[in-house]
Amino acid sequence: MARATSNRQKLITSIIAWAAAIVIFFPILWIIVLSFKAEGDAIRTPLGVLTSSWTLDSYAVVQDRSDYLKHFFNSVIVAVGSTLLGILVAVPAAWSMAFVPSKRTRGILMWMLSTKMLPAVGVLYPIYLLFIQLGILDSRTGLVIVLMLINLPIIVWMLYTYFREIPAEILEAARMDGAGMRAELLYVLTPMAIPGIASTMLLNVILAWNEAFWTLNLTAAKAAPLTAFIASYSSPEGLFYAKLSAASVMAIAPILVMGWFSQKQLVRGLTFGAVK
Amino acid sequence: MKQIQLKQVSKRFGDVEVIPPLDLEIEDGEFVVFVGPSGCGKSTLLRLIAGLEDVTSGAVIINGEDATGIPPARRSLAMVFQSYALYPHMSVRKNIAFPLRMAGLGKAEQNRRVEDAANVLNLTEYLDRRPGQLSGGQRQRVAIGRAIVREPTAFLFDEPLSNLDAALRVGMRLEISELHKRLATTMIYVTHDQVEAMTMADKIVVLQRGVIEQIGSPLELYRNPQNIFVAGFIGSPRMNLLEGSEAAAHNAHTIGIRPEHISISTDKGDWEGVVGVTEHLGSDTFFHVSCPAFTNPLTVRAGGDVDLSYGTKIFLTPDKAHLHRFDDKGLRLT
Repeated sequence: MARATSNRQKLITSIIAWAAAIVIFFPILWIIVLSFKAEGDAIRTPLGVLTSSWTLDSYAVVQDRSDYLKHFFNSVIVAVGSTLLGILVAVPAAWSMAFVPSKRTRGILMWMLSTKMLPAVGVLYPIYLLFIQLGILDSRTGLVIVLMLINLPIIVWMLYTYFREIPAEILEAARMDGAGMRAELLYVLTPMAIPGIASTMLLNVILAWNEAFWTLNLTAAKAAPLTAFIASYSSPEGLFYAKLSAASVMAIAPILVMGWFSQKQLVRGLTFGAVK
Repeated sequence: MKQIQLKQVSKRFGDVEVIPPLDLEIEDGEFVVFVGPSGCGKSTLLRLIAGLEDVTSGAVIINGEDATGIPPARRSLAMVFQSYALYPHMSVRKNIAFPLRMAGLGKAEQNRRVEDAANVLNLTEYLDRRPGQLSGGQRQRVAIGRAIVREPTAFLFDEPLSNLDAALRVGMRLEISELHKRLATTMIYVTHDQVEAMTMADKIVVLQRGVIEQIGSPLELYRNPQNIFVAGFIGSPRMNLLEGSEAAAHNAHTIGIRPEHISISTDKGDWEGVVGVTEHLGSDTFFHVSCPAFTNPLTVRAGGDVDLSYGTKIFLTPDKAHLHRFDDKGLRLT
């Protein structure tokens, strides 16, 4: 009896999980479907969309009309650049908070996190003005800096929780074994923290790649990444469903592939500490 | 020669004074055990010697030199931690070689010393494994190996056996004692287990609330405890501590008598009592006897072949020559 119940429970859980996954994935699936349709077919009823003929025209037009590669490289530079810069700043910060905590460490962490609760648009005006004065509007440098800053709280928090899991006794053992500060960081802490740093970097690349508020507001032509590339196909009239979908697929494909291959690392990094 | 000296060393954590100023001298080649209940400051004292904690006041002298301000890396002490604290990303070989690598020794010399240590500790076949692939006992051996390769001035052990099961603990206890005889290097060993202290130490330091209650050889402490705390802490089962008229009869506030110094008779004796729970260990039998004269039951040791059933009325007679007398402050009366 108990077994039958648990099997039924399992089935129900599976159905709910699949239903949730399908709901979440459906928009992406639909974008993929629409991207292979002619512009006229893309606005038909769902059944009409599915039964109409398939074509690569939208991709050809998008490729023809705009420079996909330029946007792609901008995205890569902005995502990777902001991540590297963020890690460079966050590792020492998280390190000191995890291993030499003071009375204010908790408060500082909360304060950092609280900046994420602020609507980004609230600081758009000052940042926009700053960018103009510094002459970094519509530049990749500017985007790298601003994306690094907005994701920094998350990077610091992730690294902090990860470092906290490293037992202090191991660091003390290294000290007793004759390791100075440099050797301790280089041979003991960093190798042990690499999985955590890697997960954090992966997540940050994804966040920076998908970021649309700052990338759209602070770029025009030169530094525009793939988010701007997608946006250029949206129009209030909604006449370019197929092309918009094709552009979207081209923009999200690289990060989806990356996410797919690194999902194990990513899940491990995100759930680290939760299961212990 | 005095190898490690603590001079008026004290430690405070914020407002809490965990160790009031104390003095301690450890001779070259001695096996010293710090023992006491949890929270008595024994681990803190060890960490002060190691340099992992800074002293609040006083001086730590190692080999005649003031080491108070010297970082742990340069005190030439090796430490074995309770959690083993092995480097999980390194093989056993690299773990053991790590202190040598830090000391800047050549590859060949590193290898030679690692192989030697592995030989001593029966780790040769595990050298290429990671700590995660080893059992608790093997991990503890690796931790000891990492300590011995660099030939330190002294070894510090922080409750190294408490994560092991009982059988393994007895085995490792012997191995560490054996190692001490072979290396003849000073060892400072922290434990809350008085059996470990009794079996391994040349000198035991009994601590309570950061204060040294008594220092002496295991048998000195066992035979002449200076106060009630030491009397009750050293020895298993515990010494029977009795107050009231019986103590007053011996001009003391409290008297103590060890379980083996009480004889049992079924017809006559000083104290009448009733047999309660019996613990058969095979070689010995311990009876817990309730006497109307005392509030707490007495523990009495008898031979392994003595058998008295629950509720049997018996008589106990203490061996007066082995009676310990304490005053109202808990100090020994002579």
